[in-house]
Amino acid sequence: MTLASILTDTNFKTVLYMVAFAMFIYGLSGLTGPKTAVRGNRIAAAGMVVAVVTTLLVGDFNNPVLIIVGLVIGTAVAVPAALKVKMTAMPQMVALFNGVGGGAVALISWAEFRSTGAFSTVPTYVALFSVFSAIIGSVSFWGSNVAFAKLQELIDGKSRTLGAAQLPAQVLMLGGAIACGVAIVAGADAELLIVALLVLSGIFGLLLVLPIGGADMPVVISLLNAFTGLAAAAAGVSLNNPALIVAGMIVGASGTILTQQMAVAMNRTITSVVVGGFGGTVEAAAGATSASGGTVRSTSASDVAIQMAYARQVVVVPGYGMAVSQAQHAVREMAKLLEAKGVEVKYAIHPVAGRMPGHMNVLLAEADVPYEQLKEMDDINGEFPRTDVSIVIGANDVTNPDARTKADSPIYGMPILNVDESQSIIVLKRSMSSGYAGIDNPLFVNPKTSMLFGDAKKSISEVTEELKAL
Amino acid sequence: MTTVLAVTEGSTASPLVQNLIILVLSGFVGYAVISKVPNTLHTPLMSGTNAIHGIVVLGGLLLLAEGADLGAGTQVILFIALLFGAINVVGGFVVTDRMLEMFKAKPKELVEADTEEKA
Repeated sequence: MTLASILTDTNFKTVLYMVAFAMFIYGLSGLTGPKTAVRGNRIAAAGMVVAVVTTLLVGDFNNPVLIIVGLVIGTAVAVPAALKVKMTAMPQMVALFNGVGGGAVALISWAEFRSTGAFSTVPTYVALFSVFSAIIGSVSFWGSNVAFAKLQELIDGKSRTLGAAQLPAQVLMLGGAIACGVAIVAGADAELLIVALLVLSGIFGLLLVLPIGGADMPVVISLLNAFTGLAAAAAGVSLNNPALIVAGMIVGASGTILTQQMAVAMNRTITSVVVGGFGGTVEAAAGATSASGGTVRSTSASDVAIQMAYARQVVVVPGYGMAVSQAQHAVREMAKLLEAKGVEVKYAIHPVAGRMPGHMNVLLAEADVPYEQLKEMDDINGEFPRTDVSIVIGANDVTNPDARTKADSPIYGMPILNVDESQSIIVLKRSMSSGYAGIDNPLFVNPKTSMLFGDAKKSISEVTEELKAL
Repeated sequence: MTTVLAVTEGSTASPLVQNLIILVLSGFVGYAVISKVPNTLHTPLMSGTNAIHGIVVLGGLLLLAEGADLGAGTQVILFIALLFGAINVVGGFVVTDRMLEMFKAKPKELVEADTEEKA
């Protein structure tokens, strides 16, 4: 047995794949804790290198130039993009990377269709799984691109639908794609069919994500992430490649759980997010609630500084506003000063604050906020009555007491941070505009609340200056 | 003896069934591993799993490396697929690494130095 024949032996390669799987699983389990997460991610990446090298162990190596050029260009595009992206733009970056992954799966199916003579040389199940991965991959590609464009504000983040024609249009596109798929599996060999399948699923992907408002975007990205995983797993069955099946399915399973958890945190179901009920119903409700009125009390940076300096406990409630103005370093600076004055500072993290779960943690960690000070919703909610000052930085819907009390509110039932239970509340906001869900927040007219209007970073810096002067 | 052998032979699953077994078990592994992740790490987790499904790059590699005469059209399609897959996998891991670096506990002096630099 020569070395070459050992290296290209199927059993040998399967063993190497197994090493890669072990690294994926071990790496992912490392992601469960902040201390092991970096290492976990790197182990998974190393596993990926093992999987790639293993795949390239073929006796008769074809198209070496295309492979090398493809890998080099891909890396050359991805690395600078990943290194340069701002922490606030992280969600859309993930959406974009997810999209190209889905696109890759769809294209692989197309190539498979062409290289197997429309699946005439392979068993029927190969065609079945390939068609499945083509549909899901194409949906994921176009859906993720819309998600990217919305979050990047290339297109309006608001809900866009065809009105009454929306659902029939979706059904028609998906039905058409499935019909093409069925024809292909049944043995039709026209290339037009697979192209039509990709186009129709792509349009379905667009129609799926366009109606979804920005507030639901994290759920959608997570859902599409799971989709791409499932598509990869299906492609693995069709290509008879265990590495694709294992890695794809792990992502499919984890993405589904994550999506579920995110939807639950927002008191939404995945179905209601996808059907896009939020846009329409919310606007009607928003009109009704804006009548609630009330007086808004505005305050100054020096008042805020004094209030906090003499507090025993201050809870910082960050939201998307903090991300937008990149205020995390300023916040950390302010917290240090408060701590030097003997004030206990904690951060209340709502699971869906920002645009993705954990978004706030990433930003605050960037500013070197100790991990122990970041409290999850369930841990901090009991502390609000003992809290002298809660400072809400650009968060809105996740603090809206209507979610507890007002049964006709669109966010009724969503678990929120009970900020209104603290002794006093300071809200940093650019203006009195409503949150992403487009509904009023009675917290702002609460007698205990004072508002500090302006850009979050600028306001925090002013408060910090005042604290230094005290 | 021959019957025993026959039974073993008959119990060898077809590639489809074998693949389905792998599929189902991987689903459970994914479920078991992931359901233990705290909320606070969800963004890095989503990003990390996103990088892992970049494994689709293997599909492109496989078909290109094993395909003797694919024809120009298929080659172009696979090249784009490979490019997309590579962007997904490389970008995904780098972005996740960047996010996670921030969770790392830094030595005290380093933090001070960092803040001064930024100030």
